[in-house]
Formats: sequence, structure tokens, C-alpha cells
Amino acid sequence: MGKTVKKGLFYTKNHEWVAVDGNEVNVGITDYAQDSLGEIVYVDLPEIDDSFDAEDEAVSIESVKTAAPVYAPFSGTITKVNDDLEDSPERVNEDPYGTFLFVMKCDDEVDTDDLMNDEQYTEYLKTQEDD
Amino acid sequence: MAQNRKYSYVPHTSEDIDEMLASIGVSRIEDLFADIPQDVKFTEVLGLPDGKSEYEIEKFLQNLSEKNDRKLSFLGCGMYDHIIPAAVTAAASSPAFVTSYTPYQPEISQGMLQAIFEFQTMICQLTGLDVSNASLYDGHTAAAEAVSMAFQAKKKRKTVIVSEAVHPFTLSLLRTYFNEQDIQFRSLPLKGGKTDFSQLSSLLDDTTAAVFIQTPNIFGILEDLNGISELIHQNKSFFILSSNPMNFGMTKTPSEWGADIAVGDTQPFGLPANLGGPSVGYIAAVKNLLRKMPGRIVGETQDDRGQRAFVLTLQAREQHIKRGRATSNICTNQALAALTTSAYIALVGPMGLEEVNRQSMTKAHYLKEALLALKEVKDVPGPFAYEFTLDLGNRADDFIQRMLGKGFFAGVHLGALDSSLYGKVAVAVTEKRTKEEIDRYVEAAGEILKGDQLNE
Amino acid sequence: MNKLLFEISREGRIGYRFPENDVPDKALDDCIPENLQRKRELPLPEISEHELVRHYANLARRNFGVDFGFYPLGSCTMKYNPKINETTASNPAFSQNHPLQPEETIQGSLEVMYLLLKYLSELTGMKWGTLQPLAGAHGEFTGMQIFKAYFRDRGEHKRTKVLIPTSAHGTNPASAHLAGFEIIEIPADNRGLVSFEAIEPYLNDELAGIMLTNPNTLGLYEKEIMEISRGVHQAGGLLYYDGANMNAVMGKSRPGDMGFDVLHLNLHKTFSTPHGGGGPGSGPVLVQEALLPFLPVPDIGLQDEKFSWIWNRPKSIGKVSGFYGNFGVIVRALTYLMVMGKDGLTHASEMAVLNANYLRSQLNSLYEIPYGDMCKHEFVISAKKIKDDTDVSAIDIAKSLIDNNIHPPTIYFPLIVPEAMMFEPTETETKETLDDFIKVMKDIYKQAYANPEYIQNAPVHTEIGRADEVAAARHPKVSWAGGE
Repeated sequence: MGKTVKKGLFYTKNHEWVAVDGNEVNVGITDYAQDSLGEIVYVDLPEIDDSFDAEDEAVSIESVKTAAPVYAPFSGTITKVNDDLEDSPERVNEDPYGTFLFVMKCDDEVDTDDLMNDEQYTEYLKTQEDD
Repeated sequence: MAQNRKYSYVPHTSEDIDEMLASIGVSRIEDLFADIPQDVKFTEVLGLPDGKSEYEIEKFLQNLSEKNDRKLSFLGCGMYDHIIPAAVTAAASSPAFVTSYTPYQPEISQGMLQAIFEFQTMICQLTGLDVSNASLYDGHTAAAEAVSMAFQAKKKRKTVIVSEAVHPFTLSLLRTYFNEQDIQFRSLPLKGGKTDFSQLSSLLDDTTAAVFIQTPNIFGILEDLNGISELIHQNKSFFILSSNPMNFGMTKTPSEWGADIAVGDTQPFGLPANLGGPSVGYIAAVKNLLRKMPGRIVGETQDDRGQRAFVLTLQAREQHIKRGRATSNICTNQALAALTTSAYIALVGPMGLEEVNRQSMTKAHYLKEALLALKEVKDVPGPFAYEFTLDLGNRADDFIQRMLGKGFFAGVHLGALDSSLYGKVAVAVTEKRTKEEIDRYVEAAGEILKGDQLNE
Repeated sequence: MNKLLFEISREGRIGYRFPENDVPDKALDDCIPENLQRKRELPLPEISEHELVRHYANLARRNFGVDFGFYPLGSCTMKYNPKINETTASNPAFSQNHPLQPEETIQGSLEVMYLLLKYLSELTGMKWGTLQPLAGAHGEFTGMQIFKAYFRDRGEHKRTKVLIPTSAHGTNPASAHLAGFEIIEIPADNRGLVSFEAIEPYLNDELAGIMLTNPNTLGLYEKEIMEISRGVHQAGGLLYYDGANMNAVMGKSRPGDMGFDVLHLNLHKTFSTPHGGGGPGSGPVLVQEALLPFLPVPDIGLQDEKFSWIWNRPKSIGKVSGFYGNFGVIVRALTYLMVMGKDGLTHASEMAVLNANYLRSQLNSLYEIPYGDMCKHEFVISAKKIKDDTDVSAIDIAKSLIDNNIHPPTIYFPLIVPEAMMFEPTETETKETLDDFIKVMKDIYKQAYANPEYIQNAPVHTEIGRADEVAAARHPKVSWAGGE
């Protein structure tokens, strides 16, 4: 439960997944993250053209009893947000890897060195508290 | 006798205390405080009076209250003296409401939750806006919360335009609230007792998160807001409108003016002035601002048996979850006072609100005209609903003082709230004042104003 | 199920009769221009007086209060609310005064406020304060603004950091954040306390201060309070005391003596004013001498036996609420304080602590109490082991208490205790009530192991079952939208 990891994506320690396409990145949250949050009731998305520095809070995901920040993995500008989440936030629960939150155009060339690949993330998950 | 001195609404007999100490495994009460370090233990006797019987304290406070002096009131400026129906006070007096806490447990709190849901609904009905909350502390803090909401929704914008015709206490409070934030205020100046909207276009720019207007304003004047929301919305800013909601019985409501957020104080609906509190701040907003709204919000849902149920909802916005990332620290609201004002609105209904407004307005205009007939009173600016302003210049304090001697709270000297308003006296007339009382006011005012030169 | 006011409304029904207008009628258009008049219908309910009274009486039947049963809601001090408080506060000579009346006509009310401030100052060991904040969190915000003003006045602009324990009330970090401070969370040590060691790294010229609750939210007295206090002061910082837990220590220890510079009290907790379903409350703020200039205006002065408002405070943070505070709540608190007197208040704290420790000692054998071996006025158990063993969680136990006509404790707080349940019995409960409660808690424990589903399905004796909070939050319906 909540341990699925998808190949070909990069991961952050905050349990976000990052799909890299040139200097654009798609960002979502992992299966582990959606499972820990429980039933998601609202996703507070940024607006297109908003710009963030790396590690700024870009999105807030709310369940009934928690609110979790999602950070921008790089500095950049939002080019697209997942509008479907406004009416159906539960999609993040149902299909975390198929549900992006936002697309960001990065200011600099994307450097994935600080991110984990799927194998590293699988190892990382083992270090997380097992509840 | 010693036991009586310690009477503290504590039910324990000395046997109870002994048994409980024994169960805990200590011998004396003092042992329960052994964890307090010696150097912070309070070992003296508190410099407080000895306890007394309820009867004695009631008498003491009765005597204190008799040092207060009540006169015929024509005071307003945010708090109004309207008739309070007995059923309204009675509805809110049930110990079930009085002695409950925030309704965290819906299964045993449906009564208060439904009452809050009804309050929220009536605030929406009055303002014409989509969403509201369980109430805020008072109208002035509601103003600050509304401005804060606007900044949350427009994170990159750092200025707010505020009319100078807003209540001076609201202005002072806004400065306190945003003092420590990277935020700037721009003033929309006055012209003849009204906001000078011709300046608005030049003040609006891409840093403007919101424009804050009050109507009726501090002088009681109804602002003409025609075209204002269009200007504000073209600039992608929010329009915040503060109002005495009693006026909605007669005058245009926030949604009709195109406001995005409406705030104010529901004290006129069944609450005594109580030296300024408790009153109730209301806030209402357009739908897409719901999740930026501070404070408690009650929502409708279903229980696991398929019945309608009310719950506190959208709690993830709140301080107990977001802690340091929360955009408001509100926890307490004014639930019981809000319930009182709901009961008032429901009891008098739309026709009652119109009647209160019709009478208050007619009587205020009757007084204004009688004062103008005195000749000593110059022009009274308008249009106003049931509060207007006299410009008495340097006679203002003297007028109020001498009217007091004749048995009247004749008005509020606005100069006492803000020195730039020196000489202006705000006079409010509600449905509670009779023709005879108003005539006596005019007579007294005439004597004072005409005799002015003689006495100075 | 109760109908909503809107569902019992009937067009044309009149609920209340106003006096006839006795001044000459005047056309609306002659008073206000047509374009300022409301055009929209007000869709408000129309009901009779009898229906209104019945409506609220029925709502009241569906709401649990302290007057109905045991309400051990931790951190909220749900003690008995003496009825005399209501009597004194509803005296029209107090309740009907306008806030902008001339001072000479409210001498009695000013004296009420003056006396309460004086007594609260003595009880807490502080110099003086303000009654203006309208709730505890509002007091915190006021206190944090006072911190800011103090450092600004001293030109110490680098002091931006406030230390807050992870066990603190959520309002603490939220209030500090709103006042523009950066928050540093201080974890509790294995005793559940803040140690001097934990704060030591932050004792530098960026420190603004620390916010502490003592006893803390675990119900434990902070043992290193004097080391912390000296350390913070030596570093040039200030100490803020969250007085939510004052009911544990009246006459036993005073925040002022511990070195706290600013504090708030919750009149609706310690001083018995009713909670009113969530408010109105009152959160007076008290300060030490050095911080007096920064208090909100107006202050209350006494000279030649005359009380007056004092507005001339150039360094004041300004106003934090519309007028002077929730005066109605202030009268109630003064009534309580004067009935209790110095011995009564001390006795109340002693008995509150006795009741809490009695419960604690009786539940200790079944329920895990992760911190401390003695508590002050409240204590926190963890239902984690029960949950691991039986899948019955803190919320299930809470709901099961409801079936036993007991209001649940505060649950899932403080955050540092998994499956937390925080109990605060208060001093006004009898031993019999406590014994009944202990028995219920033991029965629930047994049931959890014997028949977990029974507890998980609780409550069953209530008019509604568990509500769908996910649906409520996903698709919010926050006002009545009209008929089905």
C-alpha cells in the first residue's frame, strides 16, 4: 500500500515526482504521499505565469485534517496547471503518477543530480517511518 | 468556616480528597505540585480580596453599575441602539448553547452547527454574496481579515487603497494588523463628507490587491458606488465593502455594488452595545474566495445513515493544522452572539428590517430638518440613512457636554476618534426614539446653540 | 431532524411588532436617491415568534454543553459556568452602555475593567495590561505585536526569530507568523519538556523570544523554566506565556515570577465565562513594566478617584479590536474572580490538579501515558498501542464516549503524541463523575479488544452517525441553496 514507484521519473525527498522534458518539468506527488495524506479534498494550485524559486511552496494539498505543501523542484515559471483537480481532487489519490499538478518552465538547465531516480527513491521509502 | 472560605464551586468533601490522594499515592495536595521548581513556587499570599458569597458580589457589582449614567442615546458610529425583542435574547440563553464549546463533535453538536449554518446563510442572503463563515470577533477585525484575504489571493500585490471615510478605529486597527508586513496603504481622500472616487483610477495599479470602502461611511453618508466595481475589477483587484448590515433593509447591498468581499458588524441585530462587545463581525465573499476565508466554516454533508448533517469543514486552512503557515490565527469566534443576531433577523424578517430602516430613516431625517430649522446648524451633508453629521466646529465638545446635562447622549464627536475630524458630531436616530424624545432633543439643542454666545 | 429556518418560512408571516412610527411619514425617495436603494429581494426567512422560540429550543436539545454532562476537553477548561456571572453581566446598567459615551457616565464600567486588570496582574505577577483582545489567539497576536514594537523601539531589527515548542497550540506559530516573525520549532525532549539545551543554539542577537505554555500541553510543568528564562533574557530576547493552562497554577506559581514578559489569559477558560459554542471569548494581555508603553490604546487611568481612557501612548501598537474588549465577558470574569477570592482561586487550581491526577492514576494501568508521572490540570494518553492491536483509534474511543453521554477529550493534539487524547477534568466535577468516567474508559478498553467493531461504529445512540467530512470539504455547501 502506498509504495508504488514509477520508472523513468525523478523524485524528491518531499515525495514529489518530477518528469523532465527539456527545460520543462511536470510535477506531481507520489503514491506514498497520497497514501499518507488520505482522502484529498482540495488542491490549491498556482496560477499560470506565477514564478517560484526552487523549494518555494507552489501547491498546497489538503485532506480533511492536514495540509501538505508541494515545493517547486527548480526555479521557474508555471506554464500549465491541472484544472481538472478543481472539481476532482480525488484523482491524485486514484492515480498519483498519472495526475500532474503543474508544469513548470525552468529558469536554468534542468539538473537532476539533486533528485532521486526510481531505485534510489524505493530505497529512500524504506527509511521512512513505516506506519 | 475554613472550608467556606475556599468554596470554589468545588464539590469535594474532605473524605473525597483523602481518598483521591490515597489512590494517586501521595499524602498531601502540596505533593501534587512538587514538580514546580522551588525558585518559581509562589509561597506568598495573593494580593487579592477574600472570596465572598455570590449575593455579596452581586450587590457590590450592582452598586458599581449605579455609578454609570444612562441618558437618551443618539449615539452610533458602529454601535446602534435598536429594539431587542425578548424572544431573541431568550433563544440564545439556552445552557445548551451557552455552555458548549466549538462544535468539534458533530454527533452531539448539531444544534450549534445548524445555527451557524443558518447564520452563514442569512449573511449570504443579506449581502447577496455566495459564502460566509461562523463569524469573526467584530466588524473592525473583520475588515482586517478581509484585507488579509485579498492579499492571500493576490500574493504579488502589496498595496491596498482605503477610503478616508472609513471608521477611524478600523483604520487604526488595519495599521496595527499590517504594520509588520510588507504592505502599503494608499488613501482615497475625502470630498464633502464622501469618498472622492475621481482619485481612484490614478491610485489603482498592478500593486493594488484591494480597495476598501465603507458605506454608510463614518459620517453616515451613503456612498454612491456606481461604476466603482468595474474600475476595481478592470484592475484585477478586489472590492471590499464594509457596511452596517441593518441598512440592507433599505439600501443597496454588497452584491448589487459588485463587491467581492463584504464585512461589518451585526450588533444592530439584537445585541446590546455592551460598551463595545461582544458584537459579531460578519464576512461574506464571492464563491472562489471560500478557501481563503478565515475562521470556522460550517458545511452541510450527510452522515453514515444518509441523513443531513452539519460539520465544521475546510479545516485544513486553519491554524491548528497549518500552524506557522496559516494565513489567519483565528480560533474563537462569536458563536453565541452570532446566534443571537440570527434569531433577530429570522424573527423580524425582511419586512421587519424594512420597518426598522423606514422608521429610523424617517426619524433621523425628521431630526435633521428640525435642527436645520434652528439656523444655528448649517448644512447637513447627505444622502444618509439613519446617522448624520453636524459640523459644530469648536462648539462640538461643549454641545455634547451641555446636552449631557439635559439628559442626552447627543452624538459622537468624531474629533475624539481622529483629530482631523474635529468639530464633526455624528448623530444616530433609530426606531427606538419617539417623536417626543426627538422634539426634546431639538429643544435642548436649540437652547444650547442659541445661548452659545451668552455663555461663552 | 430539524428543519432549517428557511424551510419553515412562509411568505407574509410576521414575527414581531414594532411601535408605530410617530413622526410624519417621509417618502423613501425623499431620503435616499433611487440609485442607492436596494433593488434585490432579501430572501430572508419569515416566521412567527412561537416558531422561532421552538426552533431554537429544538436546536438546543441537539447540543451538548457543560450543564448536561462531563466535558473533559483538554486545553479548553470546560469548568462549570456559574449562573451568577450571567446575572451580573445582563444588568442593563452594564450591558446597555455605548462605547462612545462620555467617560463620566461609565465610571462603574471603567472600574470593573480596572479591577479586573488589577486582579489579573496580581494573579500572574505582571505589571498591567489590556482587556482589548477578544480571544486567546487575538491576545497572542497582540503580544507578538508588542514584541515587535519593543524591538523596533530599541532599533533591534535583526531580532526576527521566535522559538515555539512542537507541542504548542497551533495558534502560537500562526500568531507569531502574522506578526512577521520567523518560527523555530523546538522539539520536546524525552520527558515531554523543553530543555535549556534545545534552545541554547538560538540564544543570539537574532532571537526575538520564546512562546511557552506552562504547564505545557502535555499537562507537565516545564522544569527548566528558570534556565530558559535567564538564557532568553541574557540573549536579549523576551518570553511570552500562553495562559491557556493557567487553571493549573493559580496561587501556585506566577508567570511574572518565572520571568515572562508578556502573556495572555483566556477568560473563557480559567475564569469560568461560558464558551458559547465557540465564543465570545476574551484574551486579556498582561505585560511587565518595560513593555507598558506598547500596550494597545486606550489604557484605563485612575486619578482623583476618576477613571478615564488614556489615548496618549505614542509607542502603542494601536488598536487591536473595535473598542475596549468583550465587556460582557469581562463582567462575568470579575464576578467569578471576586466570588472565588485568593483562597478560592488557589483551591480551584489544587482541585483541578487533584482531579486530573486521580483520573491519570486510574487510567494509567490500561492506557499508555507517554510522558511524565504526575500531571497538572490535564494529561495526554496515547491510543497507539490499542490502535496497533485492535485497529480502534483515538477517534473511535472518542465517539464511544459520546454514546456514554460524555463529551470526548481533545484528540490528535498535541501532535507529538500519536493517537493523542487529552483529558482535562477541571475542579468542578465530583468524584462520582470521575469514577463513572473511569469505568466507561475501562469498558471501552475491554470492548476494543473483545469487539473492536462495536467501538468503531460508535456512536450509535446519537441522532446522527459519523458525518462524511470528505464530501463536505470536497464540495463545500456553506449556505442553504433553496428547496430540494
